[in-house]
Amino acid sequence: MAESVPAADVHAHDDHGHHEQSFASKYLFSTDHKMIAMQYMFTGMAMALIGGFFAYAFRMQLAFPGMDVPFWGQVSAAEYNALVTNHGTIMIFWVAMPVLIAAFGNYLIPLMCGCDDMVFPRLNRLSYQIFLLSAVVLIASFFVEGGAFGGAWTAYPPLSAKAEYSLTPLGSTIWVIAVALEFVAFLLGGINFVTTAMNSRAEGMGMYDIPVVIWMIVIASILFMASVGPLIAGAVMLVFDQTLGTNFFDPDRGGDPILWQHLFWFFGHPEVYVVLLPALGITADIMATFSRKKIFAYKTVLYTTFATGVLSFMVWAHHQFIAGVDPRMAHVFTITTLLISIPIAELCFVYIATLYKGSITLSTPMLWALAFLGEFLIGGVTGIFLGASGADVYFHDTYFVLAHFHYTFFPIAIIGTFAGVTYWFPKMFGRMMNETLGKIHFWGTVIPFNCIFIPLFFLGMGGQHRRIYNYENFPELAGQGMQDIRIFATVSLLVMLAFQVVFFINFIMSLRSGKKAPNNPWRANTLEWQTPSPPPHGNFGSEMPKVYRGPYEYGTPGREEDFWPQNAPS
Amino acid sequence: MSDDHGPAHYIRIWAVLVALLVVSVVGPMFEIRVLTLVTAFGIAVVKAYMVAANFMHLKTEKPLAVYILATCLIFMFLFFAGTSPDVMRTEGNNWEKPGLKAIIAAGLEEGVGMHEGQH
Amino acid sequence: MAMRPIATTRQVTGIPTGRLATWWVIGSEIVIFGGLLGSYLMHRLVNMQWANYAAHTNTWAGAFNTLVLLTSSLSAVLAHHAASHGDGKKAARYLWMTMGGGALFVAVKAVEWTHEIQLGYTISSNAFWAFYYTAAGLHALHVIAGVIIMGIISVACLKNEDLHRVELIGNYWHFVDLVWIFLFPLLYIAK
Repeated sequence: MAESVPAADVHAHDDHGHHEQSFASKYLFSTDHKMIAMQYMFTGMAMALIGGFFAYAFRMQLAFPGMDVPFWGQVSAAEYNALVTNHGTIMIFWVAMPVLIAAFGNYLIPLMCGCDDMVFPRLNRLSYQIFLLSAVVLIASFFVEGGAFGGAWTAYPPLSAKAEYSLTPLGSTIWVIAVALEFVAFLLGGINFVTTAMNSRAEGMGMYDIPVVIWMIVIASILFMASVGPLIAGAVMLVFDQTLGTNFFDPDRGGDPILWQHLFWFFGHPEVYVVLLPALGITADIMATFSRKKIFAYKTVLYTTFATGVLSFMVWAHHQFIAGVDPRMAHVFTITTLLISIPIAELCFVYIATLYKGSITLSTPMLWALAFLGEFLIGGVTGIFLGASGADVYFHDTYFVLAHFHYTFFPIAIIGTFAGVTYWFPKMFGRMMNETLGKIHFWGTVIPFNCIFIPLFFLGMGGQHRRIYNYENFPELAGQGMQDIRIFATVSLLVMLAFQVVFFINFIMSLRSGKKAPNNPWRANTLEWQTPSPPPHGNFGSEMPKVYRGPYEYGTPGREEDFWPQNAPS
Repeated sequence: MSDDHGPAHYIRIWAVLVALLVVSVVGPMFEIRVLTLVTAFGIAVVKAYMVAANFMHLKTEKPLAVYILATCLIFMFLFFAGTSPDVMRTEGNNWEKPGLKAIIAAGLEEGVGMHEGQH
Repeated sequence: MAMRPIATTRQVTGIPTGRLATWWVIGSEIVIFGGLLGSYLMHRLVNMQWANYAAHTNTWAGAFNTLVLLTSSLSAVLAHHAASHGDGKKAARYLWMTMGGGALFVAVKAVEWTHEIQLGYTISSNAFWAFYYTAAGLHALHVIAGVIIMGIISVACLKNEDLHRVELIGNYWHFVDLVWIFLFPLLYIAK
C-alpha cells in the first residue's frame, strides 16, 4: 500500500512518455485530465454565451415589450417561455456544473493531490463526451417542431408531462433526455473525482493536508451522487408520461404532481450546494494565497462543510411551501432551512477571519474572491425571508425569489468561475493575464450585476410575478415606475454583457502574448504550483511529489520565504 | 482465504437464502396481513443483509464502504419521510385530492367484484 | 489493456480503486432505485385498490426469478473466489453460469410480460401497472447491462487478464440481486 507506492509510481511512469499525437487523439480522444478540463471549461463558456444571449433576448422583451430584438427578432410568448426555461437550465447544468465541478475538478484534483491523472482516464473522457452530447441534444430542442421546452427549468407537471399543455411535444422530451444525459456524465465524473481524491493522494498527504478546494469539490460530487438518483427515476417517469401515456404525475388519473416536485427538489436543493461548494473552495484558496495567511480554522471549515452537505438534504421542500405540501412538514422545512444558514454564515466568518491582519494583495483573482463573499452574503441574507414559510407565501414566484437566487448563483457560477480562471490561468496556459484588463472586467461585471438585480428585489416586493411575458397586460404591474426599473435592469444587463468582451480580449491576448508565467507566480503552497506551467503530460516529471505539510503554511516564523510548499522537505 | 470464504460457505448462505425465499412465498398464502408483511418484507431485509454481508463481503470490507452505502440509504429514508406526508394522503389540513379519492373508491369496488369472480 | 496512470495503482483508503469506485456506483444506484421504489411505496400505501391489481401478477414467476437471481449470485461469488485464486478459466465458467442466470431471468420476464400485456395490463393501464413496468423494467435493464459487462470480463478472464474485475462485476450483480429481493415482495407478494 503506502510503502509500495514509489516503486509502482516509477514503473508505471516509464510508459508515460511523450510522443507526437494526432489532432484527434490530442483534442478529441485525449484521456489527459488537463485536456478534458479545458474541454469542459470551453464548452461551459460557450454554453454561458448562449445562456447569456437568451437572458439578453427575454430581458429586452420585458423592458421593451413587442420590440424587434436585435439578433433575435420578435420574442413570441412561446419563445419567451423557451428562452427563460433554457436560460435557467443551461446556466445551472451546462455552465455552473461543467465549469466549477468538472473543469476545476478535473484540472485540480490530480494536480493538487499529486498524481499523474484521474484514476479512470477513459471514464473521464467518456464523461466529457456524454456531456458534449447532452449539450448538443439540448440545443437541438430549439430546432424541432413545436420549439424548445418552455415549462421552466423545474419542469413541473402536468405542464411538462402532457403535450396538450406544454405545446412542445418533442421539445419537452428532448429537454428531459438532455438533462438525464448530463446527469450520467456527472455521475461518471463524480465517481472519478471522489475515488481519485480518496485513493490516489500523494505519499504523505493525509486527510487534513488536502487543499480546501479539493475537499469542497469532492463533497459536492458526493452530494450530487447521493441526491440525483430520485430525479433520474423521476426523469424516467416524466418521459414515460410524455411518450407512453403513463400517469405518474397526472392527478386525475391516479398520479401525483407534487411527487415530481419532491423528486426534483430533493436533487434541486443539494444541487445549489453542489455548485456552491466548489466556488467556496476556490475562493478559500485564493484568499489564503493573497492574504498570505493560513486558512482560519481549517478543520472547522471541513466540519462545517460536512454539516452543510448533510443539512442540504433536509431543506428541499422550502421550494414548495405554496404548492400544497403538508403544513406540518412546512414547519420542519422552515426550521432546517434557517438552520443551514448557520454553517454557511460560519464559513463567511472563517473567510473574514482569514483576511484579518493578512497582508492582502488586491490582485484580480482576489477581487473576484472578495466580491464572491460580499455578493453571496446578499443572496444568503435574502434567502432567510424565503426560507420562512410565512414570508414565502407572499414572496413566492415573485422577482424577489428571482433576484435572491441570482444573488446566489451569479456569485457561484460567474464570480467564482472568474476567480478560478484568473487564479489558475498561469498554470493552465503558462502565461500571465493582464491585470489592468482583468480589473476593468471585474468592475464592469460586478457593478452592473448589482444594478440588474437589486432593482428586481424591489419589483418583487411590489408584487411582480416571475413568469409573465408582457406586463402591459397587467394594469397593476404596468405602471411607468415599474417599467422604468425593468428598463434600468435590462440596460445594466447590456452593460454587463458588453464588458465580457474585455474578458475575451484579455483571455486571447494573454494566451498569445501574455508574460511567460513562472512555476509559482502567486508563491502558493499547493502542489500544482510546484510543477512547470503548464504541467507536462503526467504532471510531475519523473518523480511524484511527496507531501510534508498542510496546504496553507504561509508566513511561518523563522522561515526566510513566507510560503512553504507542501512538497518541500523541511 | 479463510474458511469463511470458501465455496462451502457460499453454498450454505445460498441454501439459507433459498429457504427464506420459500418462507416468503408461503407466508402470504395464509392471507393474514401481519404475517404477510413480516414474511415478505422482514425476510427481504434479512436476505438483503445476508447477500450484502457475505456475497458482497461487506462483513470483511473496510468500514468506509459500509458508510458510503449507508449514507445513500439513509438519504432515501429522508426522502421518504419528507415526501410521503404529501403523497400518501388523500386529504389533510385544508387540502384534499378529490380525483384520487374517486379512483381509489372505483378501484376498490371493481376489485371486490373481481375477487368474488375469482374465488 | 491500455496503460494505467500511477493514480490508479494507489490505494490510500486501503480499498483498491476499482472496488471503491464500484461502491460509489452502487451507492448512486441505491438512490436511483430508492427514489423509484420510495415513490411506489407511498403510492401503494394510499392506493388500497392496488392490491387488486397486484393480484394479477404471477407470484410463481416472480419467485422463480428470485431463485434464478439468488443462484446466479452464488455463481458470481464463486467466480470471484476462483479469480482471487488466479484461476481465470474457472472464473470465466462461473461468469457464464451467472450470465445464463441473467438471460433466464430476462426470458422469464419476457414471457410473464407478454402474458400480462395480452390480458390488457399495459404500462398505461393505471398507476400500479406504470410503476410495475417501470421498476421491473429498470431492473431488467440492469440485468442486461450486467450480462453484457460480464461477457466482456469473462473473455479477459480466459486470458487471465484483470482478474480483479470479476469481483467488481460480482458486487454489481449482487446489488442487482438485492434490488430484486425488494422488488419481489413489493410488486408480487403484497396483495
